[in-house]
Amino acid sequence: MNLPDNKGYFGEYGGRYVPETLMPALTELDLAYREVKKDPAFRREYGYYLREFAGRPTKLYLAQRLSNHLGLKLYLKREDLLHTGAHKINNTLGQALLAKRMGKKRIIAETGAGQHGVATAAVCALFGLECEIYMGEEDMRRQRLNVLRMRLFGAKVSCVRSGSRTLKDATNEAMRDWVATAGRTHYIIGSVVGPHPFPMMVRDFQVVIGQEVRRQIRNQEGRLPDFLIACVGGGSNSIGLFYPFLKDRKVSLFGVEAAGEGLSTSRHAATLVRGRTGVLHGSKSFLLQNFDGQINIAHSVSAGLDYPGVGPEHAHLKQISRARYYSVTDGEALKAVKLLSELEGIIPALESAHALAYLMKKNRDIKKKSMGVLCLSGRGDKDMDIISEYMPLSQSQQGGR
Amino acid sequence: MKNRIHQTFGHLAAKNKKAFVPYITAGYPDQTVTRKLVQVLAEAGADMIELGMPFSDPVADGPLIQEASSVALKGGMSVLRFLDLVKDLRDRNLTQPLIMMSYYNPLFRFGVKRFCRQARSAGLDGLIIPDLPPEESGQLRKSADAEGLSLTFLVSPLSRTVRIKEIVKATTGFVYYVSLAGVTGVRGALSVGLKEKVGQVKRLTDKPVYVGFGVSLPKHVQEVTDFADGVIIGSAIIDIIRQNSGRMMYQRLKEFAEAVSRQTLRERK
Repeated sequence: MNLPDNKGYFGEYGGRYVPETLMPALTELDLAYREVKKDPAFRREYGYYLREFAGRPTKLYLAQRLSNHLGLKLYLKREDLLHTGAHKINNTLGQALLAKRMGKKRIIAETGAGQHGVATAAVCALFGLECEIYMGEEDMRRQRLNVLRMRLFGAKVSCVRSGSRTLKDATNEAMRDWVATAGRTHYIIGSVVGPHPFPMMVRDFQVVIGQEVRRQIRNQEGRLPDFLIACVGGGSNSIGLFYPFLKDRKVSLFGVEAAGEGLSTSRHAATLVRGRTGVLHGSKSFLLQNFDGQINIAHSVSAGLDYPGVGPEHAHLKQISRARYYSVTDGEALKAVKLLSELEGIIPALESAHALAYLMKKNRDIKKKSMGVLCLSGRGDKDMDIISEYMPLSQSQQGGR
Repeated sequence: MKNRIHQTFGHLAAKNKKAFVPYITAGYPDQTVTRKLVQVLAEAGADMIELGMPFSDPVADGPLIQEASSVALKGGMSVLRFLDLVKDLRDRNLTQPLIMMSYYNPLFRFGVKRFCRQARSAGLDGLIIPDLPPEESGQLRKSADAEGLSLTFLVSPLSRTVRIKEIVKATTGFVYYVSLAGVTGVRGALSVGLKEKVGQVKRLTDKPVYVGFGVSLPKHVQEVTDFADGVIIGSAIIDIIRQNSGRMMYQRLKEFAEAVSRQTLRERK
């Protein structure tokens, strides 16, 4: 069974809930995408840039000291080593090449943490495309460095001051731009969300993560892993990791959402864990919303997980119980940042640290000594300001080892 | 049984008048003022009234309606209060058709069938849901038909002929022609080629075709009603409400609505 169906549904989730003005653009995109999917020349070109520009394949690294600490055998899929610092580049390269083929001269994107914005701005510089990134005012403050990087790549960063001033509102603004400019503009959505064909297309551009893991783990272990684990905001790195293993029922799949300040508060972003079915940004999925169908403001210390929706394919995987979804708090994620830094010499992005934080908690899902892969979706350099706000890193407070 | 929208189509044809459909956001600036604004518009010549049920993430709307929605939600507007407002207006003998414009999620969350049942008994006549294209509207169409509520779908300047045919077929009220590729808002000029595009849609349907998005001034109305069956004006009205208060607000709105209404009444050759 290949999902989505031709209307863009993964079971009962997905679809195309957009203003009529966008329908022709989505139809055009769907056709163009189906064409390049079959085209060996496109695949070659995409493969070339993934390899030579982004730096694929990424390593599957056995984190020995961390494994000992956790009582597991844990491999890290090192997406943090990619150019621009996260898995986002896999998708932006694919979509920018597609946009070029479609003759689009201008690219727009939304960004939360700024990683997708940076990855979009970089490929626009690479291919000589005009680029405008919508980013919430609050996120611009939290991710100052990424704003500067985007500008250095020649992108225009537009500050979004409506609503929660984060990813949700940046997405609204990007959609409004696209409604007016779809003729010459392609909208590079950064996650497996939005109207069909985006959830499918972004997934397809991210499955390279899982495909490599499958090959690498067979070489290194001679078998498939017991579990895969990744953080879930919109859900693109996790679906990219999970997808090639969906039929391997013995491989457990775990997605970890942001519980922010705790699930008992209203300040979290655990959409699959706590949300209800609804329609936002073009598709039907789980949403954080009130009883009246108004969207709640999400919260997470990690700007990349700070989103009240989630990809429809994850909603489907949850519903059919193929994947399980959990959440960890801001505090737990920050502890995971510290642990990985100290034990392995790797600073994870706050987003990716959520996945590790789940392994640090007592849980009944993962047996001791089992072997698994964690998607280290991004590096933590961008988060240093936030990390240093939460933990003492000044000279006087540092002990030797 | 004909609902108020279809009865109004008949009255307009008999009077040789084009339709003037003002839009206001329910709960902006507050719920009591909304009720009075509807009454002012009705007395100033509105043929139908489009009432916005605010949504937190209105992607088809420009800054004015976004802001109005946000104020209305902060003031506590909800689906139930919206229905109460409709009922209140009917209790005060409002005769014009009332059409709700909202996004799909509030309806979906409330329950589409439950909503349509309660909407009809409150006295609502039609629905416009800009993020619900015909292909996703199966459930709503069934419930709306069962309750005699009209559904309006939107045609965009980018819609091709095959697509326009699907949209006008799914529509059970008037067809809403979006005058420009973009979001709602006040614009200084009408878009180029509007007359031809509306003509194209009219050739594909017998249903009335109304034009909205960016229709802001009485002179736009005069031009548009030469070739379309009606106009929908939203942001320009929200702007009047935003910039005025108290008696001045009602007065300005009345003057504007009367000026627009006059443009739809003039004798045709």
